[in-house]
Amino acid sequence: MMKKITVKVNDKSVVVPEGVTVAAAVYMAGETAFRKSVSGQLRSPVCGMGICYECRVQIDNQPHQLACRQLCREGMEIRTL
Amino acid sequence: MLGHRVTENYDVVIVGGGIVGAACAAELSGARLRILVIDAGRVGCGTTGASMGHIVVMDDSEALLNLTAFSRELWLRLAKDSASACEYLPCGTLWVAADAEEMDVVYQKAKNYEEHDIAVEVLDHKSLYQYEPNLAQGLAGGLRVVGDCVIYPPNCAALLLQGIEVRENCNVCQISDNLVSLENGSEIRAEFIVNAAGAAAPKLTAELPVEPRKGHLVITARYPGFCQHQIVELGYLKSVQKMEKESVAFNIQPRPSGQYLIGSSREFAGWDDSINRNLVNRMLTRACDYMPALKEMFAIRTWFGYRPAPMLSCPPPRLASGDAGAGESKNGGDKLPIIGNWPKVKGLYIAAGHEGLGITTSLGTARLLAAEILGQPPPIDPAPYRPSRLFRENK
Repeated sequence: MMKKITVKVNDKSVVVPEGVTVAAAVYMAGETAFRKSVSGQLRSPVCGMGICYECRVQIDNQPHQLACRQLCREGMEIRTL
Repeated sequence: MLGHRVTENYDVVIVGGGIVGAACAAELSGARLRILVIDAGRVGCGTTGASMGHIVVMDDSEALLNLTAFSRELWLRLAKDSASACEYLPCGTLWVAADAEEMDVVYQKAKNYEEHDIAVEVLDHKSLYQYEPNLAQGLAGGLRVVGDCVIYPPNCAALLLQGIEVRENCNVCQISDNLVSLENGSEIRAEFIVNAAGAAAPKLTAELPVEPRKGHLVITARYPGFCQHQIVELGYLKSVQKMEKESVAFNIQPRPSGQYLIGSSREFAGWDDSINRNLVNRMLTRACDYMPALKEMFAIRTWFGYRPAPMLSCPPPRLASGDAGAGESKNGGDKLPIIGNWPKVKGLYIAAGHEGLGITTSLGTARLLAAEILGQPPPIDPAPYRPSRLFRENK
């Protein structure tokens, strides 16, 4: 049985399997827009491997973290846009 | 070349569609002259496009202060009418003093600026951190030049060129008496020709003492509110004045997008077109010394450009502040741009050698040059910038 952990996405608690990426947790929370471009366009992951930088979110108050490249930790606070 | 040489006629041909050429074109456009601007690439995409766009009054010498102060006044007027097109940001400049010795320079500079009616504020240790809490601890203070600002150079070049005939991707191979020869074999006759080709200006006017002085910039992702001013270390002045092969100085600029431009490097490396990683590393280390939180930020792009550095061999004038004048190398010269009639070629005018201040001084340069071409009284004393000073020594 896979261990579950709880993270927060935009203040909403989400239970996810241990080992999933932050990007997966954001989608599981029902969010599809990760960040906004300079001109205000909504963006979400393209490459899934740390090249495109479209997956940037705020993690534990640190801006511009790559959601595709980080695994969820218990109690993590994630913020999109 | 193909047996049918085309000859066109214009009143004015400006070679170089960077900020300096664009400003000259805009300034002459009210005079009912047929003007053509030629650029080897695309307008505003050379040194102009690689630059920071810091509009700054510099007090290295009386002549530089006059030109930069006059130019800043013209920028503020332009930005007032077209603030969003220029991406105008009235952030001021904050010169940071690391220690007591540099604070002495702050007091000297403050006095000098005030004597020329440039508004400044001397900051002690405490008020420095009130303005910029993200600066490293232990700095002595600084000087805030209130009226300095930031614009976006490529947009401003485009704005200045509105309504002006422009020919892009067009290579000029020679400038001779009233004649511009193009690589495709055709020729353009003009009463006035302006060489505003930036670091490439000596390719067309061989005796021009201008060399590319390469500089790198880094831009971060968006971190709104991290700093409020264009912040420059006072050591920057030494970096400019020393003619070392490579030097770096801390310089950071907030952009309206919440991004930060980080500089600066200076390097004599010819037209080398690769990123000097070692130098960029030194530049960023220097920046992190002054603002340690930069270490946590993402840099999203690094690039470089070629400042058109004047390499004059005439003795430098009295410096308004600092001591860099005394031990100047023989290439030190007066560090001023070269603006005005070039006596050796009929109809030729030069607007070159602006080094790292070309965005600021472009508008003042254009006023001076237009006044000379149109036979109007000069807006400020043109003598310190005249090309004729280059020939004085050889008499």
